[in-house]
Amino acid sequence: MNDMESALAERYGAWNWHDQRPDLASVFLESSKTHDALAWLRDSEGYRHLSFATAIDNIERNVFTLTYTLRNHEKRHSLIVHCDIDRGKPLMDSIHLLWGQAWTYQREMKEWFGIDFPGSPRVDEEFVLEGWAGPPMMRRDFDSLAYSDATYAERPGRVTHDPAAHMKAELYPEVAE
Amino acid sequence: MKEKSKPAPLANEGLPPEERGLFCDAAPREYAPAQGILEDFYNWARSQSLWVLGFGTGCGAIELRPLMTSRFDMYRFGIQPRPTPRQSSVFVIGGYASVKTLKRIVRSYEQMMGPKFVVALGSCTINGGMYWDSYNTIKRIDQYIPVDVYIAGCMPRPEALLAGFLELKKIIREGKAEGQNEYARNFDWYKANQKNVIKDWNMPDYNW
Repeated sequence: MNDMESALAERYGAWNWHDQRPDLASVFLESSKTHDALAWLRDSEGYRHLSFATAIDNIERNVFTLTYTLRNHEKRHSLIVHCDIDRGKPLMDSIHLLWGQAWTYQREMKEWFGIDFPGSPRVDEEFVLEGWAGPPMMRRDFDSLAYSDATYAERPGRVTHDPAAHMKAELYPEVAE
Repeated sequence: MKEKSKPAPLANEGLPPEERGLFCDAAPREYAPAQGILEDFYNWARSQSLWVLGFGTGCGAIELRPLMTSRFDMYRFGIQPRPTPRQSSVFVIGGYASVKTLKRIVRSYEQMMGPKFVVALGSCTINGGMYWDSYNTIKRIDQYIPVDVYIAGCMPRPEALLAGFLELKKIIREGKAEGQNEYARNFDWYKANQKNVIKDWNMPDYNW
Protein backbone atom coordinates (compact mmCIF):
# COMPACT_ATOMS: atom_id res chain seq x y z
CA MET A 1 0.00 0.00 0.00
CA ASN A 2 1.54 3.31 -1.02
CA ASP A 3 1.37 6.61 0.87
CA MET A 4 -1.33 8.12 -1.27
CA GLU A 5 -3.48 5.03 -1.10
CA SER A 6 -3.27 4.84 2.68
CA ALA A 7 -3.82 8.59 3.10
CA LEU A 8 -6.95 8.48 0.91
CA ALA A 9 -8.23 5.40 2.74
CA GLU A 10 -7.60 6.95 6.15
CA ARG A 11 -9.01 10.40 5.41
CA TYR A 12 -11.87 9.62 3.05
CA GLY A 13 -12.45 5.88 3.30
CA ALA A 14 -11.24 5.22 -0.23
CA TRP A 15 -11.06 1.63 -1.43
CA ASN A 16 -10.10 -0.51 -4.39
CA TRP A 17 -6.87 1.31 -5.34
CA HIS A 18 -5.67 -0.11 -8.62
CA ASP A 19 -2.38 0.69 -10.37
CA GLN A 20 -3.19 0.35 -14.03
CA ARG A 21 0.21 1.62 -15.19
CA PRO A 22 3.16 3.19 -13.37
CA ASP A 23 1.72 6.59 -14.26
CA LEU A 24 -1.98 5.80 -13.84
CA ALA A 25 -4.05 4.62 -10.89
CA SER A 26 -7.74 4.52 -10.02
CA VAL A 27 -9.61 4.55 -6.72
CA PHE A 28 -13.19 4.44 -5.44
CA LEU A 29 -14.77 6.90 -3.02
CA GLU A 30 -18.13 7.55 -1.40
CA SER A 31 -19.97 10.22 -3.40
CA SER A 32 -20.51 12.35 -0.28
CA LYS A 33 -16.75 12.50 0.32
CA THR A 34 -15.65 12.93 -3.29
CA HIS A 35 -15.78 16.74 -3.38
CA ASP A 36 -13.61 17.03 -0.26
CA ALA A 37 -11.21 14.37 -1.47
CA LEU A 38 -10.80 16.11 -4.83
CA ALA A 39 -10.10 19.41 -3.05
CA TRP A 40 -7.47 17.70 -0.91
CA LEU A 41 -5.88 16.04 -3.92
CA ARG A 42 -5.75 19.35 -5.72
CA ASP A 43 -4.43 21.51 -2.85
CA SER A 44 -2.19 19.14 -0.93
CA GLU A 45 -1.15 16.40 -3.30
CA GLY A 46 -0.43 18.33 -6.49
CA TYR A 47 -3.22 16.90 -8.68
CA ARG A 48 -3.95 20.38 -9.96
CA HIS A 49 -5.26 19.46 -13.39
CA LEU A 50 -8.74 18.07 -13.97
CA SER A 51 -8.25 16.49 -17.36
CA PHE A 52 -11.58 14.72 -17.71
CA ALA A 53 -14.87 14.09 -15.99
CA THR A 54 -17.62 11.83 -17.22
CA ALA A 55 -20.22 9.32 -16.12
CA ILE A 56 -20.81 5.64 -16.77
CA ASP A 57 -24.29 4.13 -16.63
CA ASN A 58 -23.92 0.96 -14.56
CA ILE A 59 -27.53 -0.05 -14.95
CA GLU A 60 -26.89 -3.54 -13.56
CA ARG A 61 -26.03 -2.04 -10.16
CA ASN A 62 -28.58 0.77 -10.57
CA VAL A 63 -25.89 3.46 -10.22
CA PHE A 64 -24.13 6.08 -12.29
CA THR A 65 -20.37 5.91 -11.77
CA LEU A 66 -18.85 9.36 -11.98
CA THR A 67 -15.25 9.43 -13.09
CA TYR A 68 -12.83 12.27 -12.47
CA THR A 69 -9.37 12.10 -14.03
CA LEU A 70 -6.75 14.23 -12.27
CA ARG A 71 -3.17 14.84 -13.28
CA ASN A 72 -0.12 15.65 -11.19
CA HIS A 73 2.29 17.18 -13.69
CA GLU A 74 5.26 17.28 -11.26
CA LYS A 75 5.03 13.57 -10.49
CA ARG A 76 3.75 12.75 -13.97
CA HIS A 77 0.99 10.70 -12.48
CA SER A 78 -2.73 10.51 -13.23
CA LEU A 79 -5.39 9.44 -10.78
CA ILE A 80 -8.91 8.40 -11.71
CA VAL A 81 -11.44 8.91 -8.92
CA HIS A 82 -14.65 6.91 -9.20
CA CYS A 83 -17.79 7.34 -7.16
CA ASP A 84 -21.26 5.82 -7.46
CA ILE A 85 -24.48 7.78 -7.23
CA ASP A 86 -28.00 6.41 -7.09
CA ARG A 87 -29.51 6.04 -10.56
CA GLY A 88 -32.96 6.85 -9.22
CA LYS A 89 -31.77 10.12 -7.69
CA PRO A 90 -28.96 11.37 -9.95
CA LEU A 91 -27.56 14.26 -7.96
CA MET A 92 -23.94 15.18 -7.30
CA ASP A 93 -21.91 18.00 -5.74
CA SER A 94 -20.64 20.46 -8.32
CA ILE A 95 -16.87 20.87 -8.50
CA HIS A 96 -16.87 24.03 -10.63
CA LEU A 97 -15.36 26.00 -7.74
CA LEU A 98 -12.40 23.61 -7.65
CA TRP A 99 -11.81 23.60 -11.41
CA GLY A 100 -13.45 26.32 -13.48
CA GLN A 101 -13.75 24.15 -16.58
CA ALA A 102 -15.74 21.48 -14.72
CA TRP A 103 -19.03 23.19 -15.49
CA THR A 104 -18.70 22.15 -19.13
CA TYR A 105 -18.37 18.47 -18.19
CA GLN A 106 -21.24 18.82 -15.74
CA ARG A 107 -23.49 20.42 -18.33
CA GLU A 108 -22.66 17.54 -20.65
CA MET A 109 -23.53 14.97 -17.98
CA LYS A 110 -26.80 16.78 -17.25
CA GLU A 111 -27.86 16.64 -20.88
CA TRP A 112 -26.61 13.16 -21.71
CA PHE A 113 -27.31 11.28 -18.48
CA GLY A 114 -29.73 13.54 -16.61
CA ILE A 115 -27.34 13.92 -13.66
CA ASP A 116 -27.94 17.21 -11.87
CA PHE A 117 -25.21 19.38 -10.36
CA PRO A 118 -27.04 22.10 -8.42
CA GLY A 119 -25.26 25.46 -8.57
CA SER A 120 -23.14 24.61 -11.58
CA PRO A 121 -23.24 27.50 -14.10
CA ARG A 122 -25.64 27.04 -17.05
CA VAL A 123 -26.18 23.41 -16.13
CA ASP A 124 -29.79 23.48 -17.32
CA GLU A 125 -28.98 24.91 -20.75
CA GLU A 126 -28.72 22.80 -23.89
CA PHE A 127 -25.22 21.52 -24.51
CA VAL A 128 -24.97 19.64 -27.82
CA LEU A 129 -28.55 18.87 -28.75
CA GLU A 130 -31.12 21.43 -29.78
CA GLY A 131 -34.75 21.06 -28.87
CA TRP A 132 -34.26 17.51 -27.59
CA ALA A 133 -37.55 16.22 -26.23
CA GLY A 134 -36.64 12.60 -25.47
CA PRO A 135 -35.05 11.09 -22.35
CA PRO A 136 -31.28 11.54 -21.74
CA MET A 137 -29.88 9.59 -24.65
CA MET A 138 -26.70 8.16 -23.12
CA ARG A 139 -28.65 6.23 -20.51
CA ARG A 140 -28.46 2.57 -21.37
CA ASP A 141 -32.20 2.05 -21.10
CA PHE A 142 -32.71 4.56 -23.92
CA ASP A 143 -33.51 2.57 -27.07
CA SER A 144 -31.85 4.51 -29.89
CA LEU A 145 -33.22 2.28 -32.66
CA ALA A 146 -36.80 2.45 -31.41
CA TYR A 147 -36.55 6.22 -31.06
CA SER A 148 -35.07 6.54 -34.54
CA ASP A 149 -37.75 4.32 -36.07
CA ALA A 150 -40.52 6.28 -34.39
CA THR A 151 -39.10 9.71 -35.23
CA TYR A 152 -37.38 9.63 -38.63
CA ALA A 153 -38.86 8.57 -41.94
CA GLU A 154 -37.24 5.51 -43.50
CA ARG A 155 -36.77 4.60 -47.15
CA PRO A 156 -38.32 1.19 -47.80
CA GLY A 157 -36.17 -1.58 -49.21
CA ARG A 158 -33.20 -1.39 -46.91
CA VAL A 159 -31.79 -4.84 -46.16
CA THR A 160 -29.05 -5.92 -43.78
CA HIS A 161 -26.67 -8.77 -44.59
CA ASP A 162 -24.51 -10.77 -42.25
CA PRO A 163 -21.08 -9.59 -43.45
CA ALA A 164 -19.40 -13.01 -43.28
CA ALA A 165 -22.18 -14.87 -45.11
CA HIS A 166 -22.60 -12.09 -47.66
CA MET A 167 -18.92 -11.89 -48.58
CA LYS A 168 -18.69 -15.66 -48.74
CA ALA A 169 -21.55 -15.72 -51.25
CA GLU A 170 -19.98 -12.87 -53.22
CA LEU A 171 -16.45 -14.22 -53.36
CA TYR A 172 -16.92 -17.99 -53.21
CA PRO A 173 -20.38 -18.75 -54.59
CA GLU A 174 -19.47 -22.39 -55.16
CA VAL A 175 -19.05 -23.11 -51.44
CA ALA A 176 -21.62 -20.66 -50.06
CA GLU A 177 -24.54 -23.08 -50.31
CA MET B 1 -64.71 40.60 -61.70
CA LYS B 2 -63.84 38.32 -58.84
CA GLU B 3 -60.31 38.74 -57.52
CA LYS B 4 -58.15 35.65 -57.54
CA SER B 5 -57.82 34.39 -53.97
CA LYS B 6 -54.36 34.56 -52.44
CA PRO B 7 -52.96 31.91 -50.12
CA ALA B 8 -53.02 32.83 -46.44
CA PRO B 9 -49.73 34.35 -45.24
CA LEU B 10 -47.41 32.11 -43.25
CA ALA B 11 -47.83 32.41 -39.51
CA ASN B 12 -44.13 32.55 -38.60
CA GLU B 13 -45.10 31.32 -35.18
CA GLY B 14 -41.53 30.41 -34.30
CA LEU B 15 -40.64 34.09 -34.11
CA PRO B 16 -41.39 36.58 -31.35
CA PRO B 17 -44.19 38.98 -32.41
CA GLU B 18 -41.88 41.98 -32.80
CA GLU B 19 -39.70 40.08 -35.30
CA ARG B 20 -42.47 38.71 -37.51
CA GLY B 21 -42.56 41.81 -39.66
CA LEU B 22 -38.88 41.44 -40.47
CA PHE B 23 -39.29 38.21 -42.41
CA CYS B 24 -41.17 37.06 -45.46
CA ASP B 25 -44.57 35.54 -44.75
CA ALA B 26 -45.31 34.31 -48.27
CA ALA B 27 -44.76 30.71 -49.35
CA PRO B 28 -42.41 30.05 -52.30
CA ARG B 29 -43.90 30.05 -55.80
CA GLU B 30 -43.26 27.78 -58.74
CA TYR B 31 -40.97 29.03 -61.47
CA ALA B 32 -42.73 29.99 -64.69
CA PRO B 33 -40.51 28.95 -67.62
CA ALA B 34 -39.81 31.32 -70.50
CA GLN B 35 -41.12 30.66 -74.00
CA GLY B 36 -39.59 27.86 -76.08
CA ILE B 37 -36.04 28.35 -77.21
CA LEU B 38 -35.40 31.13 -74.69
CA GLU B 39 -35.91 28.69 -71.80
CA ASP B 40 -33.56 26.24 -73.54
CA PHE B 41 -30.95 28.98 -73.66
CA TYR B 42 -31.50 29.77 -69.97
CA ASN B 43 -31.14 26.09 -69.06
CA TRP B 44 -27.93 25.81 -71.06
CA ALA B 45 -26.54 28.86 -69.25
CA ARG B 46 -27.62 27.53 -65.84
CA SER B 47 -26.01 24.16 -66.47
CA GLN B 48 -22.71 25.79 -67.46
CA SER B 49 -22.44 27.83 -64.30
CA LEU B 50 -23.05 25.80 -61.15
CA TRP B 51 -22.17 27.71 -58.02
CA VAL B 52 -21.88 25.39 -55.07
CA LEU B 53 -22.69 26.50 -51.55
CA GLY B 54 -19.48 25.83 -49.63
CA PHE B 55 -21.16 24.36 -46.58
CA GLY B 56 -20.01 20.90 -45.56
CA THR B 57 -22.94 19.39 -43.69
CA GLY B 58 -21.35 16.04 -42.99
CA CYS B 59 -18.22 13.92 -43.34
CA GLY B 60 -18.78 13.39 -47.09
CA ALA B 61 -17.97 17.05 -47.70
CA ILE B 62 -14.30 16.10 -47.36
CA GLU B 63 -14.56 14.74 -50.90
CA LEU B 64 -15.45 18.20 -52.21
CA ARG B 65 -11.97 19.51 -51.41
CA PRO B 66 -10.10 17.35 -53.92
CA LEU B 67 -12.53 18.57 -56.57
CA MET B 68 -11.09 22.03 -56.19
CA THR B 69 -7.53 20.85 -56.74
CA SER B 70 -5.79 20.58 -60.08
CA ARG B 71 -6.13 16.80 -60.16
CA PHE B 72 -9.92 16.85 -60.51
CA ASP B 73 -10.42 20.54 -61.27
CA MET B 74 -14.14 21.12 -61.09
CA TYR B 75 -13.71 24.63 -62.47
CA ARG B 76 -13.35 23.22 -65.98
CA PHE B 77 -17.01 22.17 -65.71
CA GLY B 78 -18.11 25.64 -64.65
CA ILE B 79 -18.47 24.59 -61.02
CA GLN B 80 -17.14 26.78 -58.26
CA PRO B 81 -17.84 27.27 -54.56
CA ARG B 82 -19.50 30.38 -53.15
CA PRO B 83 -19.42 31.54 -49.54
CA THR B 84 -23.11 32.41 -49.15
CA PRO B 85 -26.46 30.82 -50.02
CA ARG B 86 -27.55 34.05 -51.72
CA GLN B 87 -24.99 33.52 -54.49
CA SER B 88 -25.27 29.75 -54.85
CA SER B 89 -27.32 27.60 -57.15
CA VAL B 90 -26.28 24.10 -56.00
CA PHE B 91 -26.51 22.81 -52.45
CA VAL B 92 -24.35 19.75 -51.86
CA ILE B 93 -25.59 17.81 -48.84
CA GLY B 94 -22.35 16.28 -47.60
CA GLY B 95 -23.58 13.06 -46.05
CA TYR B 96 -25.41 12.47 -42.76
CA ALA B 97 -27.47 15.29 -41.33
CA SER B 98 -28.23 15.59 -37.65
CA VAL B 99 -31.40 17.40 -36.64
CA LYS B 100 -29.28 20.35 -35.57
CA THR B 101 -27.66 20.51 -39.01
CA LEU B 102 -30.98 19.95 -40.76
CA LYS B 103 -32.18 23.21 -39.28
CA ARG B 104 -29.25 25.01 -40.96
CA ILE B 105 -29.79 23.05 -44.17
CA VAL B 106 -33.42 24.14 -44.41
CA ARG B 107 -32.49 27.72 -43.63
CA SER B 108 -29.69 27.80 -46.19
CA TYR B 109 -31.72 26.04 -48.88
CA GLU B 110 -34.59 28.48 -48.57
CA GLN B 111 -32.21 31.44 -48.66
CA MET B 112 -30.75 30.33 -51.98
CA MET B 113 -32.06 32.15 -55.01
CA GLY B 114 -33.82 30.18 -57.71
CA PRO B 115 -33.20 28.30 -59.85
CA LYS B 116 -31.55 26.08 -57.27
CA PHE B 117 -30.57 22.44 -57.21
CA VAL B 118 -29.64 19.90 -54.54
CA VAL B 119 -27.04 17.17 -54.85
CA ALA B 120 -27.16 14.63 -52.02
CA LEU B 121 -23.93 12.70 -51.66
CA GLY B 122 -23.34 9.62 -49.58
CA SER B 123 -25.46 6.70 -48.47
CA CYS B 124 -26.61 8.57 -45.36
CA THR B 125 -28.68 10.97 -47.42
CA ILE B 126 -30.41 8.09 -49.17
CA ASN B 127 -31.36 5.73 -46.37
CA GLY B 128 -29.45 6.74 -43.26
CA GLY B 129 -26.34 4.71 -44.13
CA MET B 130 -24.42 3.74 -41.03
CA TYR B 131 -26.55 6.14 -38.96
CA TRP B 132 -29.71 4.08 -39.51
CA ASP B 133 -30.28 3.66 -35.76
CA SER B 134 -29.02 7.01 -34.54
CA TYR B 135 -31.24 9.00 -32.19
CA ASN B 136 -30.40 12.36 -33.74
CA THR B 137 -29.69 11.74 -37.43
CA ILE B 138 -32.37 11.84 -40.11
CA LYS B 139 -32.49 8.87 -42.45
CA ARG B 140 -33.46 10.44 -45.75
CA ILE B 141 -32.93 14.03 -46.72
CA ASP B 142 -35.62 14.09 -49.41
CA GLN B 143 -38.32 14.22 -46.75
CA TYR B 144 -37.13 17.68 -45.78
CA ILE B 145 -35.75 19.30 -48.93
CA PRO B 146 -36.10 18.13 -52.54
CA VAL B 147 -33.12 16.33 -54.09
CA ASP B 148 -32.23 16.48 -57.78
CA VAL B 149 -29.29 14.06 -57.88
CA TYR B 150 -28.11 11.38 -55.48
CA ILE B 151 -24.52 10.15 -55.43
CA ALA B 152 -24.32 6.84 -53.58
CA GLY B 153 -21.27 5.67 -51.67
CA CYS B 154 -19.71 5.91 -48.26
CA MET B 155 -18.22 8.16 -49.17
CA PRO B 156 -18.29 8.71 -52.94
CA ARG B 157 -14.94 9.41 -54.60
CA PRO B 158 -14.35 12.74 -56.37
CA GLU B 159 -14.81 10.96 -59.70
CA ALA B 160 -18.30 9.93 -58.60
CA LEU B 161 -19.01 13.50 -57.59
CA LEU B 162 -17.97 14.74 -61.01
CA ALA B 163 -20.24 12.13 -62.60
CA GLY B 164 -23.04 13.39 -60.36
CA PHE B 165 -22.43 16.98 -61.37
CA LEU B 166 -22.44 15.98 -65.04
CA GLU B 167 -25.75 14.20 -64.49
CA LEU B 168 -27.09 17.34 -62.82
CA LYS B 169 -25.97 19.42 -65.79
CA LYS B 170 -27.74 17.00 -68.09
CA ILE B 171 -31.07 17.20 -66.30
CA ILE B 172 -30.84 20.99 -65.95
CA ARG B 173 -30.27 21.27 -69.67
CA GLU B 174 -33.26 19.05 -70.35
CA GLY B 175 -35.35 21.21 -68.04
CA LYS B 176 -36.00 18.29 -65.70
CA ALA B 177 -34.40 19.63 -62.52
CA GLU B 178 -37.72 20.21 -60.84
CA GLY B 179 -36.65 20.16 -57.17
CA GLN B 180 -37.34 23.81 -56.56
CA ASN B 181 -40.83 23.60 -58.07
CA GLU B 182 -41.50 20.41 -56.17
CA TYR B 183 -40.64 22.25 -52.97
CA ALA B 184 -43.04 25.07 -53.84
CA ARG B 185 -45.81 22.64 -54.84
CA ASN B 186 -45.49 20.50 -51.72
CA PHE B 187 -44.44 23.27 -49.39
CA ASP B 188 -46.89 22.32 -46.62
CA TRP B 189 -45.78 18.69 -46.70
CA TYR B 190 -42.08 19.60 -46.49
CA LYS B 191 -42.76 22.11 -43.74
CA ALA B 192 -44.74 19.58 -41.71
CA ASN B 193 -41.91 17.04 -42.03
CA GLN B 194 -39.33 19.62 -41.00
CA LYS B 195 -41.31 20.73 -37.98
CA ASN B 196 -41.90 17.12 -37.04
CA VAL B 197 -38.21 16.60 -36.26
CA ILE B 198 -37.02 20.15 -35.49
CA LYS B 199 -38.71 20.58 -32.14
CA ASP B 200 -37.40 24.04 -31.29
CA TRP B 201 -38.60 25.83 -34.41
CA ASN B 202 -37.37 29.38 -33.80
CA MET B 203 -37.07 30.68 -37.35
CA PRO B 204 -39.46 31.98 -40.02
CA ASP B 205 -41.67 29.47 -41.83
CA TYR B 206 -39.95 30.44 -45.07
CA ASN B 207 -36.42 31.76 -44.64
CA TRP B 208 -36.26 33.83 -47.76
